[in-house]
Amino acid sequence: MHSDQSDRASWWLRLLAFGGIGFLFLPIAVIVLYAFNAESSGYSFPPQGFTLGWFAAAFARDDVMAAIGLSLRLAALATVLALLLGTLAAAALYRRDFLGKDAITMMLILPIALPGIITGIALLSAFRLADITPGFWTIAIGHATFCVVVVYNNVIARFRRISTSLLEASQDLGANMWQSFRYVILPQIATALLAGGMLAFALSFDEIIVTTFTAGNEVTLPIWMLNQLSRPRDVPITNVVALCVMLMTALPILAAYTLTRGTEDIAGSGK
Amino acid sequence: MTLAVRFQQVSRHYDAVRAVDQIDLAIAEGEFFSMLGPSGSGKTTSLRLIAGFEQPSSGSIQIFGREAAGLPPNLRDVNTVFQDYALFPHMSVLDNVAYGLMIKGVARAERHRRAEAMLDMVKLGQYGSRRPSALSGGQRQRVALARALILQPRVLLLDEPLGALDLKLREQMQTELKALQRKLGITFIYVTHDQGEALSMSDRVAVFNKGRIEQIAAPQVLYTQPATAFVADFVGTSNVFDAAWAASLTGQQQAFAVRPERIRPVQEGQDGDGIRLPTRLLDVQYLGAVSRYELEAGPERIISMVLPNDDAAARQVLTPGQAITVWLPAQAMHALAG
Repeated sequence: MHSDQSDRASWWLRLLAFGGIGFLFLPIAVIVLYAFNAESSGYSFPPQGFTLGWFAAAFARDDVMAAIGLSLRLAALATVLALLLGTLAAAALYRRDFLGKDAITMMLILPIALPGIITGIALLSAFRLADITPGFWTIAIGHATFCVVVVYNNVIARFRRISTSLLEASQDLGANMWQSFRYVILPQIATALLAGGMLAFALSFDEIIVTTFTAGNEVTLPIWMLNQLSRPRDVPITNVVALCVMLMTALPILAAYTLTRGTEDIAGSGK
Repeated sequence: MTLAVRFQQVSRHYDAVRAVDQIDLAIAEGEFFSMLGPSGSGKTTSLRLIAGFEQPSSGSIQIFGREAAGLPPNLRDVNTVFQDYALFPHMSVLDNVAYGLMIKGVARAERHRRAEAMLDMVKLGQYGSRRPSALSGGQRQRVALARALILQPRVLLLDEPLGALDLKLREQMQTELKALQRKLGITFIYVTHDQGEALSMSDRVAVFNKGRIEQIAAPQVLYTQPATAFVADFVGTSNVFDAAWAASLTGQQQAFAVRPERIRPVQEGQDGDGIRLPTRLLDVQYLGAVSRYELEAGPERIISMVLPNDDAAARQVLTPGQAITVWLPAQAMHALAG
């Protein structure tokens, strides 16, 4: 929506806008900048020279590589779980009306609104009660609780735009339920699945609060970075790893945004 | 006569709502059969019961003698043209038409060849590679028709297929649909709320009201001999004289209807079997070939009369407020049930 006046914003509005962007992105720029800083002792300004050495150093460290590997595997598993459960939940809830539908919808969406610390404590208590040792699977389940929501939101938004008569037309022409899903529904929700999956992956990859409660002895990438706070000597390596995390999460979100642009809001992507 | 579709005491209830209420119906093979009625009258539900998108709450539905109640849509030998066309937006027009054959497992080259032949039949041969979104409403309608016909169903169901088209196109498609039905010789079951459409195309019409059928008859019978006040009013327009009014005119408590075009101003020396009705002219509407005259015969008793504009009787100047005595011929009065 462009009103007549907004084509040319006034100077103070521009100042505010750029100020806001600077406030958000300057700290990130510092991390990117110092990932290439030649000096090892941290943040002296201006940077002392350009080097790619910290990348080599970071990737040579077993603990870094192990943490990255664990986080990738976790994000992949949480994404697969979220795609399955989110799609099924959306398929169950978008058409039929039944008793308690609103309550179930609410419960599905709640994890994205619930503070991570609550989810974390709740999960930990539940796992203890069930006598499950925290580890890889408990982290994955923890991540899936909020990853399901983004897939669900994306897919149900798409479902709502698919006319129910398309499914009927498919059946009318001889297709059974599976064929109708395969040839009519799946192609139309494919981009929503991709977008939801990428968001889920990004959410899982940099999650720390729920992870802290459910990780046991496992060290994911964000936990590794948190532990680095107490070791100032490794600051450049931490910067390199932070840069990696940024790329791993920002790129999927950008891609998801591009895929669903012009369709509907990616509800729940704001976590 | 082979029956294509037969309903016996079919009902479809949604909780307390009786969408279809104990309907009996027999549609012959090769018939162009219309289901006419206002929205919510049960006509679309009846069509969906035949297609299999709905299952009856009770009663029996037979398609070519075979019990269909309980069968899912994909196991029925009927195909549907949907009101919103329901074309698959992610497929080309050709793949849309070929969809039924693909599901059947017909090889790609063969099904595309047959789909192209279908598209030729609906005069869309050049459009196979396009997406449905790149077609006009009328073209989409033809694609939907080709897609439904490619499986050579013995019954084609059409759910208000012309509803979204403009008037000219609609009239043209009515002619084409009727011609297509004659050529293919299969049963068409056509749902519409447009009485003109139903009358012009159908062999027989069922008039639906509140989940029940008021009358099933050929168009001319429906028009000239409406069985109920509802049919008289819904099919064309009619002047309905309720029992009380009829009693004051004829001495009998028998409601009847008279078409506006059968009413004439009383001529000098008029006699024969009929009723003289003194009225006052309220309004004249010029409609081109004819004019409609709104006449007040008493409090809340308004009838309309339609006269051709080249009729000598109409040439006399009629001005609103004027008193006119009109003639209701006995043979134009049709007794109504209910």
